Amino acid sequence: MMSLEKNLVISSSRKLNSKKIMIRIILYTFLIINSIIVLFPIIWIIGSSLNPGDSLYSSSMFPKNPTFIHYIELFTKTDYPIWYINTLKIAFANMILSVILTSFTAYVLSRFKFKGKKITLLTILILQVFPSFLTLTAVYVLLMQLNLLNTHLGLVLFYSAAQIPGNTWVVKGYLDQIPKSLDEAARVDGASNFTTFTKIILPLAKPIIVFLALTSFTGPWMDFIFQRLVLRSADKKTLAVGLLEMVTGQSNTKFTTFAAGAILVAIPIVIIFVFIQKYIIEGLSAGAVKS
Amino acid sequence: MKKSQLLSCIFMGLGQIYNKQYLKGIMFMLIEIIALINIPNFAKAFWGLYTLGEVKFHYVNGRAVFDHSIFLMLKGLIAVLLLILVMILYIFNVKDAKNYAEKGIKRTSFKDVLDNMFPYIVLTPGLLSIMFLILLPIIFTVLVAFTNYSAPYHLPPRNLVDWVGFQNFKDLFKMDIWNNTLKGTLKWTIIWAFLATFTSYFGGLFLAMLINSQEIKLKKLWRSIFILPYAIPGLISMLVMRLMFSGPGIINDILEKIGLQRVDWLTEPLNAKIVLILINLWLGAPYFMALMTSILTNIPKDLYESADIDGASFLHKFFHITLPLVFYSTTPLIIMSFAYNFNNFMLIYAVTDGGPVNPDYRYAGHTDLLISWIYKMTVEQQQYHMASVVTMLIFLIIAPAIAFFFTRTRSFKEEDLIQ
Repeated sequence: MMSLEKNLVISSSRKLNSKKIMIRIILYTFLIINSIIVLFPIIWIIGSSLNPGDSLYSSSMFPKNPTFIHYIELFTKTDYPIWYINTLKIAFANMILSVILTSFTAYVLSRFKFKGKKITLLTILILQVFPSFLTLTAVYVLLMQLNLLNTHLGLVLFYSAAQIPGNTWVVKGYLDQIPKSLDEAARVDGASNFTTFTKIILPLAKPIIVFLALTSFTGPWMDFIFQRLVLRSADKKTLAVGLLEMVTGQSNTKFTTFAAGAILVAIPIVIIFVFIQKYIIEGLSAGAVKS
Repeated sequence: MKKSQLLSCIFMGLGQIYNKQYLKGIMFMLIEIIALINIPNFAKAFWGLYTLGEVKFHYVNGRAVFDHSIFLMLKGLIAVLLLILVMILYIFNVKDAKNYAEKGIKRTSFKDVLDNMFPYIVLTPGLLSIMFLILLPIIFTVLVAFTNYSAPYHLPPRNLVDWVGFQNFKDLFKMDIWNNTLKGTLKWTIIWAFLATFTSYFGGLFLAMLINSQEIKLKKLWRSIFILPYAIPGLISMLVMRLMFSGPGIINDILEKIGLQRVDWLTEPLNAKIVLILINLWLGAPYFMALMTSILTNIPKDLYESADIDGASFLHKFFHITLPLVFYSTTPLIIMSFAYNFNNFMLIYAVTDGGPVNPDYRYAGHTDLLISWIYKMTVEQQQYHMASVVTMLIFLIIAPAIAFFFTRTRSFKEEDLIQ
């Protein structure tokens, strides 16, 4: 009797084990297939950038005699360094202006009761609905009137204004979570509104501020719509426009140079991303996910 | 009525000076003086907005003389906004005079005033830039929908632009070529937005569940691999994909190597649409995966354990525990993602540029979304009038979706804006 029971237990656990192994194999197969799908384009473009030739036709994923010539050419034969500096300039300016404008606006809307608050909030809410780049023509004419066409300043002003409605909403949602008793305590101690904000609120709101800074820093790297519209001369050109033109031109003769340029853009952005991944997830869900 | 209030009604700032708030009073007076000096300018701006110019382009003694309708419209709009600002300040000035008089005269230090005015001082730069760089262009776009601002016959400075009422709306719905484009593009835009959101949502959920499963080791490594497409700048990935799927691209090379036919990925309408959705899945799934990982780990384990005791199958657990819980906490994000995909201009422009060409459409190709059609009409064809009409249409479709999203956010709930 006993031995029979024992046998049963053993055979069922064996069954369980083989079933478990099957599941494991299936799961890992999925993981590996997905990883290949994800990594394939990345490896392909890295491989392509190391090809000695120029065109898409002749390049291979794993070149026989890899070379860094295209990376060198980027800096010696194209305007790539100018594009890079211009983009960095715009991205930094946009980051600083956006963080200042949005964090203060969100702070006031989160903490103060004042006349016109409701209408301000509703305006921001409604404007958020309108995709800013639908107003292309108007922005163009407006910048022309202000003599800001073909300037980075015009672009930065527009970017930082355009992000206010959406981001204010997210940041305000985050600040609303921070207990109001903290600022009241600071006020009792005689701190002004400005110090309360910079000394008490800002440190606590670090995750969302980092999120805001990051998104406004990386945004201009890849928007070519307004950059193409506003920036006219070669010395003002940016990475997004420059890289796009390399690929969408009639001939694919600059393919390998494009590949090198694309990688040099992707690397810093991915590194930034890896370091502040957790802030991004937090920021993404801050204004959105229901608890 | 307080005397100071009456004085402030007569001339901005007088009441404040009567209340011995000299600095404030002088500032208000300056505002009114500037406004009064500019009355002729305001009048001219309103005339411009109303007529959109009357002088056709011609030469006088070799110099060009003309009214630029679009500049006139913009100046008129700026004048209207400025006038509204002055009116708001005027009302504020009267109320301020009254409040001060009622509270009695007590001297407050400059620092206190600054602290009391804090919300307004801080909001001013943000609100001003919103007003002129966001609101103004939106109103401008709406106005253009009611004009004939377009190439080739109504393009300033050579020609004048006129108000045409609802003519553009009629043309869009009645003229065959416009109507065909609108119907076809709208249909594809909706199908696209739905499929793009659906695939990347479930793609993300699949990846998150895969990594989250107990059998899997090295979770962090897998997650880092799968998050890569989200970390790489989108435009770069899109351009790389465009090259991969192009005629001489790597995908066709591989097909050929394993003995299959080359495929026209981007030049066949249906293929191009499928490729777009696949690329979007590659780009979009990681975003949902990142969000859902945290949701999945927060689902109480005992829910699954009790289901196991009841002998529930994997599918049963998925449809009755995982999906409802994940779905519940991400509905706002699905709506948001739908709205985003509805206007996903960048992907279309970078991968297919709206192509392949569709001869039944005006200024649009098979894969053009409404938004990329608008872009083509604006930047390439200068059909600003129709572009504005379609813009308003998008607004009407998207606004309810986004309103739904925002009424469910924390910011909104804190305020009870609807009463």
